Amino acid sequence: MISKRIGLVASVALVGSLALAGCGSDNTTGTDTGTSGSASGSAAASEAPKADCFSGTVNAEGSSAQKNAIEEAIASYGEACKDAKLNYNPTGSGAGIKQFIAGQVDFAGSDSALKTEGKDGAQSEAAQAEAFCGSPAWNLPMVTGPIAIAFNVKGVDKLVITPAVAADIFSGKVTTWNDPKIAEINKGATLPATAIKVFFRSDESGTTENFTKYLKAAAADAWTADASKKWTGAGEGKEKSAGVAEGVKSTDGGITYVEWSYAKDNKLGIASVDNGGGAVELNGESVGKAVAAAKQSGTGNDLALKLDYATKEAGAYPIILVTYEIVCSKNKDAEKGKNIKAFLKHFGSADVQKGLEEIGYAPLPKEVEDKVLTAIDALS
Amino acid sequence: MSTSITGRSLVDDLPDPDDHGNPHEGDRAGTGRWGDRLFGGAAKGSGIFVVLLVSLVGFFLVIQAVPSLMNNNANFLTSTEWIPSGSNPRFGIAALLWATVITSVIAMAIAVPLGVAVALFITEYAPTWLSKPAAVIIDLLAAVPSIVFGFWGLSVAGQYFEPVKAFMAEYLGWIPFFADAGPSAKSTLAFAGIILAFMILPIITAISREVFNQVPTAHKEGALALGATKWEMIRTAVLPFGKPGVISGAMLGLGRALGETLAVMILLSALNPNAPWSFSIFNGGETFASKIALNAGEFDSPQKTGAYIAAGLVLFILTFVVNSIARVVINRRKAFSE
Repeated sequence: MISKRIGLVASVALVGSLALAGCGSDNTTGTDTGTSGSASGSAAASEAPKADCFSGTVNAEGSSAQKNAIEEAIASYGEACKDAKLNYNPTGSGAGIKQFIAGQVDFAGSDSALKTEGKDGAQSEAAQAEAFCGSPAWNLPMVTGPIAIAFNVKGVDKLVITPAVAADIFSGKVTTWNDPKIAEINKGATLPATAIKVFFRSDESGTTENFTKYLKAAAADAWTADASKKWTGAGEGKEKSAGVAEGVKSTDGGITYVEWSYAKDNKLGIASVDNGGGAVELNGESVGKAVAAAKQSGTGNDLALKLDYATKEAGAYPIILVTYEIVCSKNKDAEKGKNIKAFLKHFGSADVQKGLEEIGYAPLPKEVEDKVLTAIDALS
Repeated sequence: MSTSITGRSLVDDLPDPDDHGNPHEGDRAGTGRWGDRLFGGAAKGSGIFVVLLVSLVGFFLVIQAVPSLMNNNANFLTSTEWIPSGSNPRFGIAALLWATVITSVIAMAIAVPLGVAVALFITEYAPTWLSKPAAVIIDLLAAVPSIVFGFWGLSVAGQYFEPVKAFMAEYLGWIPFFADAGPSAKSTLAFAGIILAFMILPIITAISREVFNQVPTAHKEGALALGATKWEMIRTAVLPFGKPGVISGAMLGLGRALGETLAVMILLSALNPNAPWSFSIFNGGETFASKIALNAGEFDSPQKTGAYIAAGLVLFILTFVVNSIARVVINRRKAFSE
């Protein structure tokens, strides 16, 4: 009787672990295939040598927007370096920065660079981080996540949107899909009279912040509210990216702003964006162009970027979110610093970056990547 | 120690011929033993611990909430705004309170009658071969994690609520309570209430079943012997006897409904900050628990954290009040039935 039970438990455990193993292994192929053709001269030189391993644990926490990307990097690093243990806890940018400042994690992932102005009378994030590190904290852009304007309208698979129209839709001024404002920029498309249902992130999110920053920058007349992590426009709120994507998927006439990967995974329509320089489709190349056009707002190796959302550059997709790894430029624990450096070097390397495109991120353009790798080399 | 269990009797005061000492002093059995002391101490300690724990939770909430409440520029109880941080914090709990209460009320309106009916079926109507398995299956329902209920509602059950909502909004929409406020059926307060009803059903059923099982056979047979039909017997003997138990079960269920987080968070559509106030149950909204859980990742200043904790405090008080009312009701019923 007892042995029978043990057998049952064992078989359940076996089936369970097989199922889990099945889940874990399918993500890693992307990194290996993308290596050969694309790695250019300088990238190859700065590419992390596979031998640059450490043994120990590095803990990081923060933005959920870069979760899949960093997990991919952790998986490929783990394959090369068996003794290295890396953990990333995607609790949100705010939580990540807080834990980093409190010394609970070794580096933080964040959707926005450390704020240099304090809030509610508290010390600014940058100052707090510097106080903790004993050296300036650097923002290293590592993952570029484009934000897609995703829609689900029966009979419409291509849609062009200008910032002004987007602002009108997301603030509730345009309420049906056949509104003349939409029809005017989508000549030739047959638009139904379906009501537009806007979905927004009900949690505070970096995606909302970046999207509203874009609307504010590119269509200041139509979008009057300030950019913030909390949605200020129209529509109904859903929990996290998965929630808004599900909402649009199950609602005819739905539209939302969501990370590219969620739009792709749910097979939603993705609008091309026309900032004034012609309609630009969302793809790795068009995103890279926009990142390359961004100005650096940090100094030296602090690579906080100031994105130009209103860019009219042809072929640049303007609605993007850059997530940073926030690190101490000089770690108190030298060993730890070396470990972080080794991993980030791997993360920033051309082949890892290239592999990110398959899971909904865009690789860093070469000029930014070079800067990031230089900064990583200067870490200690 | 000072008085014996049986009380004083004249015999005890008579001189003992065998000289066994004064019987009023006893032989120190019972109260002096280690087992007794240990158990008594442990029970007392546990009691104090729980009371202390609840007080500390309350204390913690108050300490964290007060500074934020002092900075609040809106009326905390009546405002529907929620801007907890920044230079001009304005936040109030009216909308949260409404969503929390209305979803729980809907859940109770469905789950209590249904739960009692199920319990009556199991104890009074079902044949023995069915009643045991049925009871087990319903108890099993209590073990389903709430997030599963949420996903089930979102991806499976939600679509079947669409026609119900459409029907009600069409024919009853002139009552503000049933007006169609926009969100799809599965994202409404009404549907969240229905899912909550499924979640609290097993608690109510299990406790009702237990008390119905304890109705003295004499009561039931008495009723039947007086010529009552089965339903009359249930009405006159089973239900009055079981009422305090049913109320206790309902209150436990209500506590869970008020505090339920994940399922509600997944289902409900949050309202945008410009949405007009609406009494409709076919509107979206956020409950205390879902709002706190949703935003917990971004508590980046004490001011903001305090605002959410203040909301949590209201939920704490709400639950406390509801439980106290239930206690009063139960105690009154007891006085009647004994």
